[in-house]
Amino acid sequence: MRIPCPHCGERAAEEFSYLGDATVQRPAPDAGVDAFVAYAYLRDNPAGALAEYWYHGGGCRSWLVVTRDTRDHRILGAVDARGREAQP
Amino acid sequence: MQRYSFLSLAQKALGGHRGWEPAWRKATPKKSYDVVIVGGGGHGLATAYYLARNHGITNVALVERGWIGGGNVGRNTTVVRSNYLLPDNQHFYEWSLKLWHELSEDLNYNVMFSARGSMFLATSLGGAMALRRRGNGMRLAGIDADWLEPDDLRRIAPNLDYSDGALFPLYGALIQRRGGTARHDAVAWGFARAASDLGVDIIEDCEVVDFLREGERVTGVMTAKGPIPAGRVCLATAGSASILAGKLGLKLPIESHLLQAFVSEGLKPVVNQVLSWGGSGHFYISQSDKGGLVFGGDIDGYNSYAQRGNLPVVEDVVEGGLAILPALGRLRLLRQWGGLMDMSMDGSPIIDRTPVRNLYLNAGWCYGGFKATPASGWCFAHTIAHDAPHALNAAYRLDRFATGHLIDEKGVGAQPNLH
Repeated sequence: MRIPCPHCGERAAEEFSYLGDATVQRPAPDAGVDAFVAYAYLRDNPAGALAEYWYHGGGCRSWLVVTRDTRDHRILGAVDARGREAQP
Repeated sequence: MQRYSFLSLAQKALGGHRGWEPAWRKATPKKSYDVVIVGGGGHGLATAYYLARNHGITNVALVERGWIGGGNVGRNTTVVRSNYLLPDNQHFYEWSLKLWHELSEDLNYNVMFSARGSMFLATSLGGAMALRRRGNGMRLAGIDADWLEPDDLRRIAPNLDYSDGALFPLYGALIQRRGGTARHDAVAWGFARAASDLGVDIIEDCEVVDFLREGERVTGVMTAKGPIPAGRVCLATAGSASILAGKLGLKLPIESHLLQAFVSEGLKPVVNQVLSWGGSGHFYISQSDKGGLVFGGDIDGYNSYAQRGNLPVVEDVVEGGLAILPALGRLRLLRQWGGLMDMSMDGSPIIDRTPVRNLYLNAGWCYGGFKATPASGWCFAHTIAHDAPHALNAAYRLDRFATGHLIDEKGVGAQPNLH
């Protein structure tokens, strides 16, 4: 598996470490217990495309959001996690 | 059902081994069932068997997407042990180990359970103290555990690296002598045969694509072979639990991950126990009855349904193996494969009812699924039959993540790839 880092180009997967699902968002502080339980513990766990956090510790040391197909490990895209909403 | 015995074997041998019946009936779906079990792996098959044997519920269908033995029950590394630290896990896995010891006779099927001993190796002073603490916890719960000093260890496992220059010097090991291995395929076949004999319909090539619903209740499953109405629907689809649960809008505290396993060419006996090493590295190994060394290590670490892994973890596993068993370097690898792990958010399983009426869930087995097979089926069957958990699985609740009653054996929090 090779991950196309937006800063460093395509690199081998062992340069990166995995955090997990990037689709969950921390709720507002007053959102209530259920919202925080869902944020901390519940996952869609899709068989298909999943946006997830990877850290490029062996390269530019940036947090990335990589979209990857969990059925065959195909990488569908990778952007910097910071300000990712504004990116394509 | 044909009983297997020395006499029946001798008779059939004299007759050229003609006249053996298939081990289980190839069933087609009936109009409806009291219980439908989704998933024909070890846990689903054990559930079907204990539903019939312990609770007299025999109007049961077990539907399997592929064929019996083709999923994770045929992909694990066959280790059986009950050396846990937390009481909720200790009693459950200890009951499982007791069932393992009598399983072949109970099923009239040789599951080749071999109580050869399961050892956790310590390669640091801290690791040794943690293992001794675990052993003391086990003994307090009435479970056998012995601490082996390095000299004791060397006597029974002489092939480990005891040299002065060893990168990971051995500080001893915690051994559970009643642990061991079993033949994974035989476990699936044995449970399937025994369940089928008690009246359970085992329906292969029958993928569940959706549920039948009436309001808030589940009333059956929609399958590749048409609708199957049922009073109770029970999911034993660990590895892919989230997919079917998702069709009911049920989000689970689970991520699917991938674990690779390896087997070497056949050898004469060289690894006499199950060896596990966790801490600075992660590696476990046992020798199959055919002589192949069966081993593995960490999961790949990212969500996956691919059933195949990547090379960095292969390298990591082999490095771990060579560090403690240098002789491995002379071996050729015969096969390598991947299986799906239902990694839960606290590293412990779920056997429970669900918020959806008539739907029951058995999931979240992480690495520990194979050794749990008999007790998982035993407890799940009880939960289904009584619509309430047994004392042994009362802690394996689905809502424990909301109530804070987590069972986090490793203490790493809600990070499934670290459990």
